[in-house]
Amino acid sequence: MDIHEYQAKEILKDFGVAIPAGGLAYSPEQAVYRAKEIGGEKWVVKAQIHSGARGKAGGIKVCSNDHDIWEVADDLLGKRLVTHQTGPRGKVVHRLYIEAATGIEREIYLGFVLDRQSERVMVVASGEGGMEIEEIAVKRPQSILRQSVEPAVGMQDFQCREIAFGLGLPAAIISQAVTTIQGCYRAFRDLDATMAEINPLVVTKDGRLLALDAKMAFDDSALFRHASVSELRDKSQEDPREMAAADRGLSYVGLDGNIGCIINGAGLAMATMDMIKHAGGEPANFLDIGGGASPERTAKAFNLVLSDDKVQAILVNIFAGINRCDWVAEGVVQAVKKTELKIPLVVRLSGTNVEAGRKILKDSGLPIIMAETLADAADKAVASWKQAIGKA
Amino acid sequence: MSILIDDKTPVIVQGFTGQIGTFHAKEMMEYGTNVVGGVTPGKGGATHLGRPVFNTVKEAVDATGAQASIIFVPAPFAADSIMEAADAGIRYCVAITDGIPAQDMIRVKRYMLRYKAEKSMRLTGPNCAGTISPGKAMMGIMPGHIYIKGAVGIVGRSGTLGYEAASQMKALGIGVTTSVGIGGDPINGSSFKDILELFQDDPETKAIMMIGEIGGPQEAEAAHFVKENMKKPVVGYIAGLTAPKGRRMGHAGAIISAFGESAAEKVEILQECGVTVAPSPAELGTTMAQVLKKVS
Repeated sequence: MDIHEYQAKEILKDFGVAIPAGGLAYSPEQAVYRAKEIGGEKWVVKAQIHSGARGKAGGIKVCSNDHDIWEVADDLLGKRLVTHQTGPRGKVVHRLYIEAATGIEREIYLGFVLDRQSERVMVVASGEGGMEIEEIAVKRPQSILRQSVEPAVGMQDFQCREIAFGLGLPAAIISQAVTTIQGCYRAFRDLDATMAEINPLVVTKDGRLLALDAKMAFDDSALFRHASVSELRDKSQEDPREMAAADRGLSYVGLDGNIGCIINGAGLAMATMDMIKHAGGEPANFLDIGGGASPERTAKAFNLVLSDDKVQAILVNIFAGINRCDWVAEGVVQAVKKTELKIPLVVRLSGTNVEAGRKILKDSGLPIIMAETLADAADKAVASWKQAIGKA
Repeated sequence: MSILIDDKTPVIVQGFTGQIGTFHAKEMMEYGTNVVGGVTPGKGGATHLGRPVFNTVKEAVDATGAQASIIFVPAPFAADSIMEAADAGIRYCVAITDGIPAQDMIRVKRYMLRYKAEKSMRLTGPNCAGTISPGKAMMGIMPGHIYIKGAVGIVGRSGTLGYEAASQMKALGIGVTTSVGIGGDPINGSSFKDILELFQDDPETKAIMMIGEIGGPQEAEAAHFVKENMKKPVVGYIAGLTAPKGRRMGHAGAIISAFGESAAEKVEILQECGVTVAPSPAELGTTMAQVLKKVS
């Protein structure tokens, strides 16, 4: 689960990380009022969307008077920002964060990730702040410092000092750097984060360390023990179809093709999509309906796939183990009748009680195209799709 | 021979009396698995499915001599159960549970390092379909009838895609020594390489089918192991050619977040290391058949 910059900053502040003075605004009037509360002469108006690279998309503006703040806020609120992380549809700005502008001496990158190679939390830092870590890794790989955290004892101060000195920070702020790195680590550990990033972490002109931007993502599997984190979910930033799927216990990812997919198991789902591409088509989605392909789940899956109007044909591929094919077939027949399906449907069943399952599909009298193997299923799905749109 | 389990391995079920544990324990027993008991804290002393129930894994091991354990405990408590098994002297553990927090798994892996090699536990999963040695024993949730006994070892992340591979092979008369699911989570008990090592040392296994997917470094690590150490042919497949970067494809671990983690990149690494990559997921069986022809 992703959260907004201002939420990540509030969390990090609680763990001892210094952040600039700031406040949230939902309207231009509030934005102006926040700036007054903060005081000073320069402010940054920052669009709150679940994405990095907001600056390049025009989502971050420096203002020096009420009029400018009002104008910028008015322009940003309700606007759809498109970055390379949001996808072409972009994300709508509903909240602004108003912050005191900071005089910057140096920018640093500080990130925490779950490293799959070492199976530990890894701290990554670089003196080349402001750039994204992928960019730093390509352009200045030698500038990247790493520390791996021993899970039994957690992050140690000496590791933080090695990073701080490695970054060439002045002696006067080493202890503040240790506090910052430790704070960030504790937030990451205590709240089951999967990613935490301060980019940039800056040394100010008056010699302090401040987190100018912050990003955190959390482990969905651990939200059960962090109600305070779950509350930060902003549904306006999530794909409505993916959210609807998650609420129904299904796993869905929308893609750009035309062949809707309903499959049990993530690996088989990916393999079936690969097979569609191999056969000359493009999948419209990833959809894993999970181990128990009950008739209810199957019906929900059909509704979900059909809510994407790009979908011009559907491929169902179920490998029935515990749940038998006849049961799955009942579900498919019910779903087709309920949704009054008008586009071609290819069904491939495999596994336990496959003959009984096929018989149910056949006897239903519905125009279901039956497939024997994975290859057969993909070929028939692509062929029926081409026929449906008159390309065959 | 087979790896990890056979018809004699004494198995306990953690989460024995729950609905899911009960269902699968029954299936496992019907398949011929030597289930000697189960653990459900608070229900010790009872008998379930004709087997004794214990409060702790230690009691179960002491009373039954159990060497393996399968975990059906709900995700919030599963990490604790795995560590309990390791501490009680269980040598092989299969964690079926899906949705264990990643940082819990980091702690589990660290905890398992406490024990010397001769006492340490091997873990496969979590979030997997389990392990089956066809005709001998099954520790998992797979439909046992799709596997026939034979000479190919299977190792894969995904349950249903593993079933697909097994049934394509069965259709061609190709059987399996053992099929091991290592699970779809980013941090798991055993890697592809760990299982390849076991197949390498198993005299009955003539070839290995390795089914990977996008995300993470384990497929590439396994590829290099194949190149340097494997004397048996390996057929590979990587699911997720159509997966976009940065989107999680169902499995928590199936997300392309770094260089070398896409399907195309992994396929290239596998091929460079001498793995025969199936051209499509529909050709897992036929590719294996061709490779086996060359071996015999």
